[in-house]
Amino acid sequence: MKTNYLHVHRLRRVYVWELPVRYYHWLNALAIIALIITGFLIASPLALQSNQEATNRFVMGWVRVIHFIAAYIFFFNFLFRIYWGFVGNKYANWKQFIPTSKKFIKEMWTVFKIDILMLRGKEHISIGHNAMAGFIYFLTFWAFLIQCLTGFGLYASTATWWLPKMFSWVPAVFGGDILTRQVHHWTMWFFILFAVIHVYLVFYHDYVEGRGEMSSMGGGWKFIEEDVFHDEEFHTPNKHDANKHKPKKTSSDES
Amino acid sequence: MSNELVPTKQPTYYEEVERKGYSRRDFLQFVSMMTAFIGLENSAIGQVAKALETKPRVPVIWLHFQECTCCSESFIRSSHPIVADILLDKISLDYTETLMAASGFQAEEAMQNTMKKYKGEYILCVEGSVPMGADGVYCMIGGKTSLQILEEAAEGAKAIIAWGSCASNGCVQAAKPNPTGATPIHKLVKGKPVIKVPGCPPIGEVMAGVIVHLVTFDRIPELDGLGRPKAFYSKRVHDTCYRRPFYDAGLYVESFDDANARKGYCLYKVGCKGPSTYNACGVMKWNNGTSFPIQSGHGCIGCSEENYWDNGRLYDRASSFAGFGIEANADTFGKVALGVTGAALAGHAVMTNIKKKKLIRNLEDEGKQSEHELKS
Repeated sequence: MKTNYLHVHRLRRVYVWELPVRYYHWLNALAIIALIITGFLIASPLALQSNQEATNRFVMGWVRVIHFIAAYIFFFNFLFRIYWGFVGNKYANWKQFIPTSKKFIKEMWTVFKIDILMLRGKEHISIGHNAMAGFIYFLTFWAFLIQCLTGFGLYASTATWWLPKMFSWVPAVFGGDILTRQVHHWTMWFFILFAVIHVYLVFYHDYVEGRGEMSSMGGGWKFIEEDVFHDEEFHTPNKHDANKHKPKKTSSDES
Repeated sequence: MSNELVPTKQPTYYEEVERKGYSRRDFLQFVSMMTAFIGLENSAIGQVAKALETKPRVPVIWLHFQECTCCSESFIRSSHPIVADILLDKISLDYTETLMAASGFQAEEAMQNTMKKYKGEYILCVEGSVPMGADGVYCMIGGKTSLQILEEAAEGAKAIIAWGSCASNGCVQAAKPNPTGATPIHKLVKGKPVIKVPGCPPIGEVMAGVIVHLVTFDRIPELDGLGRPKAFYSKRVHDTCYRRPFYDAGLYVESFDDANARKGYCLYKVGCKGPSTYNACGVMKWNNGTSFPIQSGHGCIGCSEENYWDNGRLYDRASSFAGFGIEANADTFGKVALGVTGAALAGHAVMTNIKKKKLIRNLEDEGKQSEHELKS
């Protein structure tokens, strides 16, 4: 059915994800995929048969090598992202991830109502991460930390380099390698569940908002309605704007 | 009377060795073996020999609480006869329930005497955990609870050795629900170094090595983060296992009766805990270096690791997930969570198309409008 009144939006290109953030994202994704696959193979190896001598084969060896290389990439990438949280643009800033203001909590609640429960209400615009996503990423950072600690902790006893050796205290916290290994394994499931929900929500936002959510991690751009630029409030969930001008009514999505 | 039980002048270890009829050669063999075990270089052999020749034997009180005596059994079966003959026989003279000749009040008095006479000098060896439940009534000796005895003996001890998994971690009697409140030694003794020598039992040579180290250097051996001597517990059974090449090659025993088991492949998939167990089994082996569990075709059960009885199943790599039944492990839980998530997302996708119909249609209309307006 044709609508009688159609509001055609004027969109502005916003550089949301800088190149380092995009590199971080995809490197992280690849590392996590490699880590999950090899991790499962280490936890329960395939039943392979061979007439070769064991000395001529290194199947599990390679699986582990890939796991360790991916782990190092993941670790340094993670460190880089933390650094970028201090020097990157406002959408990459660490304040996007930690609920430090009432506004942040309020936006989380709005996202929960509108996007998850799909209650009726005014659609909101989050240009970078929405507050809920930001907070979930904050949780993933904790999961990253747990994986790095337990992973390098398990690796430390056979390592020769000082860096993994620095983590040798970790298994002692869990009383030994058995529990450390299990924590490492359990946390991996958080990554899988996160990835599934994350990919779904990217599709969802692209579908209902039409701002180029999916491609933003490719080129870095999102396309934002011009009206939004008159209302600074939307730029970042944690921005404390002392002399906030009265927000204009945004008619961004619903006309 | 008490002086009869506790000789005033302690003979040296070497004097005891001679008295027992061992030759100088036997003694030096023993010294070389011990030096190697405790991780010292060849040049230290002289130092160890000299210490055993000149130092009077260290008085030892060996307590038994909730345990099965497998630690003592292991010790007396260690490969060199001098270990059992001199180290155990002589050190345990003062007080040890299992092997001492004295009994009743006489035995109690011997212990009291040693504690008084060698205050601050004796080594306290504890085998077994201390029951803390029901005010400690589950293990009482001579009318005292284990805790009372331990606290009393620990007060004047120079160092404390926790023999075996019971004293180090609590072992099976501390498994859930731990009815007696079995508690490892290091949680009860404060302000004293506790050397943990876990294992069920620990290897006899390891036990001897710890004592020789204490005697030779007069200080406790270097310990790791969990309080275990580094010389014996810094490597995983997995990393010293002779079946390790099969692990790296990806060749595994799938079940205990398959051809791979006969070929001696890696026992990883039938639950071997070697990769998470720190012990010297793969190197020192057991019973005069005859064998160790993996060599006899059974995976390591991780007996020297804390909570090995609750942390996993013996024949499975995965562990049970508390509160979700015995068969549920992390992967079952994860798969269920994944299924629930998938269903929730599918539901959400359907609801999106219903609830946000207007919004989506507006976007589509707007897009179509633009498409019309563009000349091809």
